Amino acid sequence: MAREDTYQKVRGHLDAVNDEELETRFWELAQRVVDPLVDLARTHTSPSIERSVLMRMGIDSRTCMAVAAECEKRGLLGHGAGHVVLHCATMWECPVTEAAARLAAGEGWDLAAQKWGGAA
Amino acid sequence: MSAPAPRPAGAGEPGDALTPLDPDEKLDVAKLLEGIASYRPRRRGWHWREPVPEQELFKFRYKETSKGLKNSLPLPAAHYFDFIDPQPDCVVTTEIASGRFEDDVRRMRMAAWHGADHMMVIRTAGQSHMDGLLEGTPEGVGGIAVTRKQIRATRKALDLIEDEVGRPINFHSYVSGVAGPEIAVMFAEEGVNGAHQDPQYNVLYRNINMHRSFVDAAVAKHVMASVRMAQIDGAHNANATAVEAWKVMPELLVQHAINCAYSVSVGMPKADICLSTVPPDAAPAPCMRMDLPYAIALRDLFGEYKMRAQQNTRYMEADGRDATVSHVMNLMISRLTSADIQSTITPDEGRNVPWHYNNVAAVNTAKQSLVGMDGLREMVKVDREAPELKARVREIKERAVLFLEAMLEEGGYFAAVEAAYFVDSGEYPETHDDGIARKADGGVAVGTIVPRAADYLAPVCHHFGQNHLPEGLGGGAGAAGEAAAGAGPRVAKPCDLIGGCTLCDIEKVPFIDELDREDNVDARLAQTAEFREQGLIKPEVEWAADGWVVVTLFLPAAPRVAAVAALEFGKAMNLRDCEVVNKQVMHPAEGTLIELKGRLDVAVDPATLVIPPEPVVMSDEEIKAFVTGKGLKCVAATVGEDEHSVGMREIIDIKHGGLEKWGFSCEHLGTSVPVEKVLDAAIEHAAQVVLISTIITHGDMHRSNMEKLADLAVEKGVRGKLLLISGGTQVTDELARGWGMDAGFGRGSKGIGVASFIVKTMRERGL
Repeated sequence: MAREDTYQKVRGHLDAVNDEELETRFWELAQRVVDPLVDLARTHTSPSIERSVLMRMGIDSRTCMAVAAECEKRGLLGHGAGHVVLHCATMWECPVTEAAARLAAGEGWDLAAQKWGGAA
Repeated sequence: MSAPAPRPAGAGEPGDALTPLDPDEKLDVAKLLEGIASYRPRRRGWHWREPVPEQELFKFRYKETSKGLKNSLPLPAAHYFDFIDPQPDCVVTTEIASGRFEDDVRRMRMAAWHGADHMMVIRTAGQSHMDGLLEGTPEGVGGIAVTRKQIRATRKALDLIEDEVGRPINFHSYVSGVAGPEIAVMFAEEGVNGAHQDPQYNVLYRNINMHRSFVDAAVAKHVMASVRMAQIDGAHNANATAVEAWKVMPELLVQHAINCAYSVSVGMPKADICLSTVPPDAAPAPCMRMDLPYAIALRDLFGEYKMRAQQNTRYMEADGRDATVSHVMNLMISRLTSADIQSTITPDEGRNVPWHYNNVAAVNTAKQSLVGMDGLREMVKVDREAPELKARVREIKERAVLFLEAMLEEGGYFAAVEAAYFVDSGEYPETHDDGIARKADGGVAVGTIVPRAADYLAPVCHHFGQNHLPEGLGGGAGAAGEAAAGAGPRVAKPCDLIGGCTLCDIEKVPFIDELDREDNVDARLAQTAEFREQGLIKPEVEWAADGWVVVTLFLPAAPRVAAVAALEFGKAMNLRDCEVVNKQVMHPAEGTLIELKGRLDVAVDPATLVIPPEPVVMSDEEIKAFVTGKGLKCVAATVGEDEHSVGMREIIDIKHGGLEKWGFSCEHLGTSVPVEKVLDAAIEHAAQVVLISTIITHGDMHRSNMEKLADLAVEKGVRGKLLLISGGTQVTDELARGWGMDAGFGRGSKGIGVASFIVKTMRERGL
């Protein structure tokens, strides 16, 4: 809804605030705005985040896409796509890049299902 | 200044396998791509210029300059000042958006020679909505497709270019869109030095789901911080979008604060966080009086952060002059306040995707203005106590505080965006109810974030958020529930679980080459191969051999008529795809200035050109030594019915750097002097040199005067003792020699060229 400029009416509480206090208040308010956003980020992940984990594991982007998409479909993203790859690599005793390639080719999802449940 | 940039672990020695660029050779893109799969960046992190306090250059002392360049092109007037090229203290940005990296890199080289050390590459339209990475070298629209291969090739080119100019160059692009974390990792791996990262940009301008945007941004920022990448926020977009840009100031402060506070909370050092700030207004508004209080309020509140001063685009029209003046006023605000990075907007951005030479123009506008206003702040200070300024600075801050208070009351950031708080054209708390509203449960990639499970694990370094690593790997729930960075080699780190991650061992970075057989750099290079292989020259502004030219026409017609007539002139000039890119009414009836662009499908083979040799120029000492011993005399005159004398004075007067400077004694006979009289005077004064100026060419006057002088000299038996030299705007050396002179000097000639010729010829002839 459109509103006239009420600046003079609503600024009363800032009258007694000096410049320094005003700056402090500005930053306190900004921090209060972002705190819940930071908490959300700390406790959530996303397909892009999981692909970025796989990338850091040395896996190429196309394989990252395939593995993360399958994890998403199978409800495994919350455990970490890198976790799924690491689990398979451990079981297969192979490098993580090889495990990711095998997962991308459709192998190994039964191992994930045994550990975390869901369809094999 | 930043901490020394860490070298990527596992990287080869700097400069490995790089053949330095030769300033006389073009950048060879095919060669650049050789071995690209194994090329690794040689450093990470941002480079700030190295300030040189009280720097002395030529006869001047500078207060706000930095270390100079090894190779550069100075400002046009520099030849009066021993060709100095002072580099301002702040980093200077140029934005490049041709859509083809192979053309971008050539433009970067040009911009670097003029003083740009921040190459900001725009992304292709639509990439922010692509959930994943692109690979190969597909062509982009309004920017490149950001892919590993294009980024790596560009970084490699910049490694070569920075060696050539002698100053590190920052490479920059965008970590936004739905693939932010992946782009951030790729940039960290590839040695990209800076990036735009601001989740608010995703939400407001790309309608990407707000939850997804903030969750992704935390990881992306944390990765960026791990390599000390500089971050630039996206607040300036509110200015570029707002209906009345001067009213958006309180909101700009809020947007900056949200991105800053969020970035710091997820682990980014304040020193790496740059605010993208722009003076919001432009003339005919009294823009500097409106924008200065805002610039000051911003710097008061964000003193611990860096300022990336952008130039105004909101009120930019098609007139390059108009844009340049606005930008100079923006630069004055930078100099009166502060700027760590001075960004530039090309003066043609209001009419097309920027052209090569306009990047250079914009960089020079910044360099010229910043150097011209060097140290001004010591003499001209902002009066913080001026009533209007003081009140306005306070008011903008209070309005921003009221904005934040209302957001919290509304229920926080997401609720405020749903309630259209942002990009409203009212100055908060005024609203016009025209802000951008986004739904928390809507937008691109809605519903894609997932809670991290109790056993969530990411076995890599520099990961933000809850990560349930085994004990001792710097993780677990930790103080902040956050994985520690993989800092030193002996400290156990998260990626020990997998034997190292790409951020710790650069050799683990994979490379995918082309995925599209048709849309790639090789196919594009093949289209222009004949130009490169045969060395053909064709005009270009964006892409090799694109043929674009712009023609300036004054047409004595009203604007609508002039614009249509201009297209006919374009056709008559053999231009294709003609378009009027700017028109300015000089008078409603008397005429219109038109700038017309069109494509010229003509190539020139330089092998067919007859290029006169460049005059050989000697040193002052060498000329002086020769002249002093011999007491050389010249007789000079403008011959025929010709009253022009300026050119001749330029050649002989000591104050213009003319012949007298080296000790020649010059007898100037004046203007409209008959040829006979000139020769008589030469004999009388026992001169060795006769200089005649011939400006008027009607009826071949210049030709007949030269021939007459030569014939008379032969008749009088003095031809062998005299050097006969003519000059004038239409004179060329070839013509003059053909008409009996020893030399001819045309437009742009200088005394040093004439003096060098005299000394060289007299030596050769043993005179």
